[in-house]
Amino acid sequence: MINFQYLRTTTVKSAIALLVKDKNAKFLAGGTNLIDLMKRGVTAPEKLIDINHVPLKEIKQVGNKIYIGALTSNTAVADHALVKEKLPLLSWALQAGASAQLRNVATVGGNMMQRTRCGYFYDTEMPCNKRQPGTGCGAMEGFNRMHAIFGTSDQCIAVHPSDMCIALVALDAEVILANAKGERKIPFKEFHRLAGDTPQLDNNLKADEMITGLEIPINNLAKNYHYLKVRDRASYAFALVSVAAAFETVDNKIIDVRLAMGGVAHKPWRLTASELFLKGKEASLTNFEQAAQLAMKDAKGFGGNDFKLKLAPNTIIEALNLAKSKA
Amino acid sequence: MKSSDQKPNQGDSRRDFLKKSSVITAIALTPGAAIKAAENNADERFAELFEKIPLKLTVNNKAYQTIVEPRVTLLDYLREELHLTGTKKGCDHGQCGACTVHVDGQRINACLSLAVMNEGKKITTIEGLANGDTLHPMQAAFIKHDGFQCGYCTPGQIMSAVACVREGHTNSRAEISEYMSGNICRCGAYPNIVDAIIEVKEGGQTI
Repeated sequence: MINFQYLRTTTVKSAIALLVKDKNAKFLAGGTNLIDLMKRGVTAPEKLIDINHVPLKEIKQVGNKIYIGALTSNTAVADHALVKEKLPLLSWALQAGASAQLRNVATVGGNMMQRTRCGYFYDTEMPCNKRQPGTGCGAMEGFNRMHAIFGTSDQCIAVHPSDMCIALVALDAEVILANAKGERKIPFKEFHRLAGDTPQLDNNLKADEMITGLEIPINNLAKNYHYLKVRDRASYAFALVSVAAAFETVDNKIIDVRLAMGGVAHKPWRLTASELFLKGKEASLTNFEQAAQLAMKDAKGFGGNDFKLKLAPNTIIEALNLAKSKA
Repeated sequence: MKSSDQKPNQGDSRRDFLKKSSVITAIALTPGAAIKAAENNADERFAELFEKIPLKLTVNNKAYQTIVEPRVTLLDYLREELHLTGTKKGCDHGQCGACTVHVDGQRINACLSLAVMNEGKKITTIEGLANGDTLHPMQAAFIKHDGFQCGYCTPGQIMSAVACVREGHTNSRAEISEYMSGNICRCGAYPNIVDAIIEVKEGGQTI
């Protein structure tokens, strides 16, 4: 690992002040992805600002929302009584990710900022427009079994690897971002980006900003929900396809529904058309099947990942079925 | 790991960086000699000087005070500096769990944590489990149930297993497998590892 300057700070204000001083500086939270990327030479920041002592580890109810500090560990969020009771979908998604050891260290903000696990991005001998813009995409005609089927560009077909983010986009979370002047909030679905012509950018965080927390509205989706993750082994593997599904029914009519997918796009992929279709309809297998077909409208395979064109709709149907049978 | 001759993908050289960045912010964590250099001029000598920073931590109830390069992982610090070689380096990328240690009671992968991130923390390694010549109940259970073959993953498995019991994630074989999934055993001793964990859990002793 190339050496770097290490700084430690205890406040949001000083963390941002240190960050804006140098464009080659990065925040260091849990480090479970960043340190790995530095070991492999994928990234080489000249300055790391350790923010682990910044007090952003609170989870609390504020009005009709749950606030979660950006430096809360994945384990702390998944195990928190408020999250388990009010937002069980988030708790489930978190527990489907990584391992117990990693979840103890990985933070909410770091989870959002983690990079793709595309093999071409990780291998510095390979072309990759995300790692080194203009060098091409090795995955497009290479090994692309893990890659995207939605929202791809001719520059990049990588996927966002998070489980947590799939639940958060489904739950209409908001991201709190701070800079030296103050705070702004953006919808979670607008945090991550599609690759487009700028695959080097994973998200819309500005160079002078820090993620300080999340706000998630409390909903009535804590009864019928499921996070279904399909992967190459039973645990501790990234998703081939994952689906966050939750709905609320009155007299078996769906009045609110959330669907989002992981492992299929450069960002957490919300299934808006499927949600619109299901609203007001009966929670039945036929309707689930139609919703799944709607979700696949613009899907495109790249050879190695063609199986996802079948796996994805099947996973949507199964996740909805499991959500239904949970009540 | 890439060799150190690789340049960062973009941006300025190290020398430019040092000249431009504020040296003041580094001073709180920098040895006195480096502060002197900073006051004079931020040249490459300064770069060399502030590469090591002070670190205080407790490992297996023993306090250590040292200086360390920021890039040294907790795993390398334990093995290379403290010669506590019980904690193993498997993949060095957080994928195998061989390096599992406890930090303030929580299990983590020591390969993905910088030593300097653990300032003031209490670390427990496999060497810290036994009480003198008396094995920790989990160590004894691994031997009784043949929870290993080659033994390379075993220190990490045992550290993880102890945490798993303490966390209360031992209510079924399936739950144990799920919460032990961060520890890979290529010899395939998994069923026996689960047996060992169940025995310790059912023993009911505080571990």
